[in-house]
Amino acid sequence: MWLYLVRRLFLAVAIVVLAVTLLFVMIHAVPGDPAAIILGPRATPELKAALHAKMGLDDPLPVQILTFFADVVRGDMGTDVFTQRPVSRIVLGQLPFTITLILTSIAWAALVAIPLGCYSAIRRNTMIDKVTGVLSVGTIAIPSFVMALYALLIFAVLLKWLPAIGAGQGGLWDAIRHLILPALAVGIGWVGYISRIVRASMLEILGENHVRMARAFGLPERRIVFRYALPLAILPTVTVLGVGMAHLLSAAVFAEVVFARPGIGGLIVTAVNTRNYPIVMGTVLVTTGLFVISTTIADLVNAMLDPRVRESL
Amino acid sequence: MTTAETVHDTGESEGVRGPGALRQYWQQLRQDHLGMLGLLLVVLMVGSAILADVVAPYEATKVMVGPRLAPPSWDHWLGTDHLGRDVLSRVIMGGRVALMVAMAALGAALSLGLLLGLIAGFGPQWLDNGMLLIFDAVRAFPVIIFALAVVTLLGPSLSTVIFVVAVTSIPIYARVVRTQTQSLKNNEFILAERAMGAGTPRILGVHILPNVIGPLLILASMDVPLVITLEAGLSFLGMGVRPPTPSWGTILNDGYNYIRNSPWPVVAGGIPIILTTLGFTFLGEALRDIFDPKLRKDL
Repeated sequence: MWLYLVRRLFLAVAIVVLAVTLLFVMIHAVPGDPAAIILGPRATPELKAALHAKMGLDDPLPVQILTFFADVVRGDMGTDVFTQRPVSRIVLGQLPFTITLILTSIAWAALVAIPLGCYSAIRRNTMIDKVTGVLSVGTIAIPSFVMALYALLIFAVLLKWLPAIGAGQGGLWDAIRHLILPALAVGIGWVGYISRIVRASMLEILGENHVRMARAFGLPERRIVFRYALPLAILPTVTVLGVGMAHLLSAAVFAEVVFARPGIGGLIVTAVNTRNYPIVMGTVLVTTGLFVISTTIADLVNAMLDPRVRESL
Repeated sequence: MTTAETVHDTGESEGVRGPGALRQYWQQLRQDHLGMLGLLLVVLMVGSAILADVVAPYEATKVMVGPRLAPPSWDHWLGTDHLGRDVLSRVIMGGRVALMVAMAALGAALSLGLLLGLIAGFGPQWLDNGMLLIFDAVRAFPVIIFALAVVTLLGPSLSTVIFVVAVTSIPIYARVVRTQTQSLKNNEFILAERAMGAGTPRILGVHILPNVIGPLLILASMDVPLVITLEAGLSFLGMGVRPPTPSWGTILNDGYNYIRNSPWPVVAGGIPIILTTLGFTFLGEALRDIFDPKLRKDL
């Protein structure tokens, strides 16, 4: 286990280092002067020279990469071009909104999907199972931003049941009301996805020896399912959740744009549109870090639960 | 996996080639209702994209003097947008854009992924390790975040979208090819071939490639919806296809901006995306069940 832990952590660090290097190289591989791009077309040569010195663009490339890394490690990701506020503070200020959205979405999806998948596995090949199967594929296939737009159209614009934009100003209840539609759009694909996984692993486990043993002992079916099969059937979901962070983040970006919610998504889209380099980079760094952390945790949890995984790395 | 159980065991048909095998595959597909529905949707989408000039009732980019944001009518089956353009014509032309992006991006990703996968699978251990690390690092960027970063650097355009899709899909294909190559390269027929003096290019090209390409093509066909979604998504954010070129994403974006005036453009822009992704997904799942039940079973 310890060996696996060390190797997995090394992989995580290596991925982050590589990602940061890629990001750095990408910015410098673009034709033209980064300073000129940041300052825009109307920059004077003096301004450019000043920014050059400030950004360390005159240093040799290896030095630049090292300073870049040192800054990132210290949590210094530069300052916003327009407001001159530190990027780290801006990004971290938006992060809670996105994390709330992602966690709410995945939580409701899991709460609906696990019983659904379980039920489909036990009542396999019934009408309900088949309908759930088709609906699962459907909800997985439909892009989340189309879901978000339709949810906005139906529940906010036409029916006017829920607020259309923002994250709410006054109190918890308002915040929850603003969270419902985005969380619906982000989570619905996961209902299908998780229920399919739970169904598949449940079917596998129900055929295994320990379950047959329990049946032979005459244990009630309810106890067999809930006590001996379900805990094992939920396992694969944990791994998928880690890898699924990327999908969740993408879905959250679109949901935030569609519902004009504050968060990482809205932040990066605005930054891209205004060519606000430091913000774009800061957001990319933070999301990549978040993503790597979550996949690492998911893998470690999985290795803890399943000895076979430990051998494979 | 409701479909897997209804499909016959393909084990006995393995090795059968030619028209007989094709007919058998077709029979299997015919029994899969969702697969047939998917095929129908895909044929409709591809057909209307190819025949877009003939099928589209109006010119997609033409600004007309008629009613703006009009609901569906006999003249305009899906209504008109905020510039009075016929939405149905834009949807049909948008399908052509989506299909072009998908084909270009997946083509590039397939060929490069194949090449890199063969190298990683057949090359020395250190090269394999290094390449795997890079594949994992590229995949560590969530696609949309990576796409936004690239758009900032290269500017929004059709080729940026193709580039992003290609770069993010290469690691997936390369990994599949690598694993297949590694399991193949110590097989007896490869060792025999090598003993008879065949060089690496011959082994890779003549013996490993044909064994690897099948699953790869199925994977790619299942990725078409992902690509179409990404193109539409980026165009929706105003970072993909430039106006006035119609794309399902830009139609949605225009509709979103006028959502309080008229719901129709949003409805019309979303439906083709839903139908196409569903079509390719249903068809892809059916094909996978027929040809290679082991592949991506968990998805």
